[in-house]
Amino acid sequence: MSFEIAGIAILWTFLFGYLIVASIDFGAGFFSFYSILTGHENKIHNIIQRYLSPVWEVTNVFLIFFVVGLVGFYPDSAFYYGTALLVPGSLAIVLLAIRGVYYAYNTYGNNGQNSRIYMALYGATGLLIPAVFSTILAISEGGIIEQVGDQVFFRWREFLTNPYTWSVVLLALVSVLYISAMFLSYYAKRAEDETAFEVLREYALLWSLPTIFASFLAFLQINKQNPAHFEQMLNISWMFIASFICFVIAVSLVWKRKYLGWCFIAVMLQFAFAWYGYGRSHLPYILYPYINIYDSFTNKTMGIALITAFSLGLLVLIPSLVLIMKLFLFDANYVRGNAGKKKG
Amino acid sequence: MSSLDPVLLSRMLTGLTLFVHIIFASIGVGVPLMIALAEWRGLRTNDIHYTLLARRWARGFVITVAVGVVTGTSIGLQLSLLWPMFMRVAGQAIALPLFMETFAFFVEAIFLGIYLYTWDRFKKKYTHMLLLIPVALGSSASAIFITTVNSFMNQPQGFTLINGIMKDIHPIAAMLNPATPTKVSHVLASSYTLSAGILAGIAAFSLLRGRNHVYYKKALKLTTVCALVFAVSTVMIGDSSGKFLAKYQPEKLAAAEWHFKTMTKAPLVYGGILDENNEVKYAIEIPYALSILAGNRPDTEVKGLEEFPADLRPPLSIHYMFDLKVTTGVIILLIPVLYVFRRWLPGRKPYPKWLLLGIVLLGPLAMIAIELGWMFAEVGRQPWILRGYMKVSEAATTSSSVGWMLVLFILLYLILCFSAIRVLSKLFRNKEAEKELESLGLEGGIVH
Repeated sequence: MSFEIAGIAILWTFLFGYLIVASIDFGAGFFSFYSILTGHENKIHNIIQRYLSPVWEVTNVFLIFFVVGLVGFYPDSAFYYGTALLVPGSLAIVLLAIRGVYYAYNTYGNNGQNSRIYMALYGATGLLIPAVFSTILAISEGGIIEQVGDQVFFRWREFLTNPYTWSVVLLALVSVLYISAMFLSYYAKRAEDETAFEVLREYALLWSLPTIFASFLAFLQINKQNPAHFEQMLNISWMFIASFICFVIAVSLVWKRKYLGWCFIAVMLQFAFAWYGYGRSHLPYILYPYINIYDSFTNKTMGIALITAFSLGLLVLIPSLVLIMKLFLFDANYVRGNAGKKKG
Repeated sequence: MSSLDPVLLSRMLTGLTLFVHIIFASIGVGVPLMIALAEWRGLRTNDIHYTLLARRWARGFVITVAVGVVTGTSIGLQLSLLWPMFMRVAGQAIALPLFMETFAFFVEAIFLGIYLYTWDRFKKKYTHMLLLIPVALGSSASAIFITTVNSFMNQPQGFTLINGIMKDIHPIAAMLNPATPTKVSHVLASSYTLSAGILAGIAAFSLLRGRNHVYYKKALKLTTVCALVFAVSTVMIGDSSGKFLAKYQPEKLAAAEWHFKTMTKAPLVYGGILDENNEVKYAIEIPYALSILAGNRPDTEVKGLEEFPADLRPPLSIHYMFDLKVTTGVIILLIPVLYVFRRWLPGRKPYPKWLLLGIVLLGPLAMIAIELGWMFAEVGRQPWILRGYMKVSEAATTSSSVGWMLVLFILLYLILCFSAIRVLSKLFRNKEAEKELESLGLEGGIVH
């Protein structure tokens, strides 16, 4: 594998990690707020909180990792995306900031009481952030960022009137809710919390059809936006078919209330196939037609240094992630909320 | 005009984000160390007071971490959003430390999450405390890596610039530039001082309010002694930073000291003002001091500003920042010294009110010193963004929306800081340590 491909594969994988953990997180925030509004609070709120509390900070790092890695491996992307995305990027920062801080304020600073305002901020930003981020996918297809001489411009009109933009926003919104509900169903089942499970299962089923519908819509819109990309997607259409099969498996498992662990693995595979299929067919471009992974790659020394640092970093990161999952995801006592009572 | 304005506004916005971030980041670097120290003492001496101290600090710490994380995310993204030209060129050389910083941050985030939720979960009690080691290492390592980036901007090396493109790059040499040792150690030491100072201030504040429980006295002792140790090391490292400047960035030192003519036996100018002819007025001149600061000997030659072209001189206003920072640093050092010798002071009271007031001020003073220090370091390398290679004016974004973004972020940070202070003070007001001790004692909870 060449350095260029290795670099983008690393980044794409981290972005996939972010997609999964952030979706769970964003969706959970929304459900949490929604449950307060509809009076279901005591049914599902605790289970959500128990999962989110130890991991909220980790979620953020996946994103920073991607941004820093992208600029590191492909410094040109700082130039094009950086110049053009000042406004949308800043808005995204503000949303992330509000969300992160008010989560902490509510969880740690409120002495156990939920503040409606904090929860509302948390729930709303949870849906807005994925919508904002997803638009980068639309931008990367070209036609929105344009270079004129030395200047780089962001074409707001092309951006806002583009049907592809809105189809990825839609896809982001519904798939966040779908992924999150799927995961939380699994988590509730592990916690043997049947009431929460039934509520969350309903959410998961409710959002499954819109998700697959939005996926098809986005798929078709790429054809209009960037036909060359669409053609490449057709060349690896097996990946998208595999994604659909995983979707069918996941939904039927949750329907039958069985094998929820496998069900969530099927959800992850569903998105993995679609994600890597999309990414692979997008290559070699990171921003069509200005940044491609070969011309914009950092110098070779830095490429080697980054990949070395990455490999060494994984040696620390993977055991740590396994540890946090063991303690909070797969520890039956913690999941059921009994951890504190286990005294030595 | 359209390319000048974004430069100034980008500087202001970057400065603002860093201004907020630095405080919370410094707390993030220093407090885990203090928590570990308290928990360790609690375990070793089987003293529940220290364990409770660690718990209460950890509770407040999460709030500051949240603000630190989001402002850190801001600056991480703003680096590319506001300085795209800089990142395009220098990204070739600084990507490695930035990348490593996120790894360190990852480790810190994971273990902090574990630490907060595993009190009472391990059979061996030391296991829980050991979780703080990766937290403290992670936060200090991210401070180290990010400071190497800043050092690189001050003292670039490890590449050759050909037609605006960096060639022949040695990432490690870029990280280990001459500015790195002094900067990194100064940043770490001052962060530890700030954290110990803030925690000492909290204890002193409780004593001032008439809470005489031994818990607060123990807290005060632990934190003030730590503050003293850290302050001494900060001042000592600060001295070697001066020597570094004399050797590598003489224009910064000269501007800071209003030192215009190159000479040996150079005096140090303290305070004063500058009139329109660049004549220093009302200043205290300490003979030979600048030469001694620069090279430990009175006959060290110190380069004057006249040797540098006018358009490459840093603004002379950094003199005030430098003097104020040094003054604040000395005060921060003196207060804990007085605490240690309080029994020999007139009055011989164990906790004189004025001394407690002084200790309450340690945290705010350390914040001021850190802000001034960073402003001095950053403004002092104007007009360069990459000293000797790239000017700030060539690096900024060309976007016309920076002004609005500046307004947006001012609002954001005001709200964040205001609510952080509110939440933190509520957190401790609603749950006094005495009551918490009582409830723990009644339950027979963590200690048998």
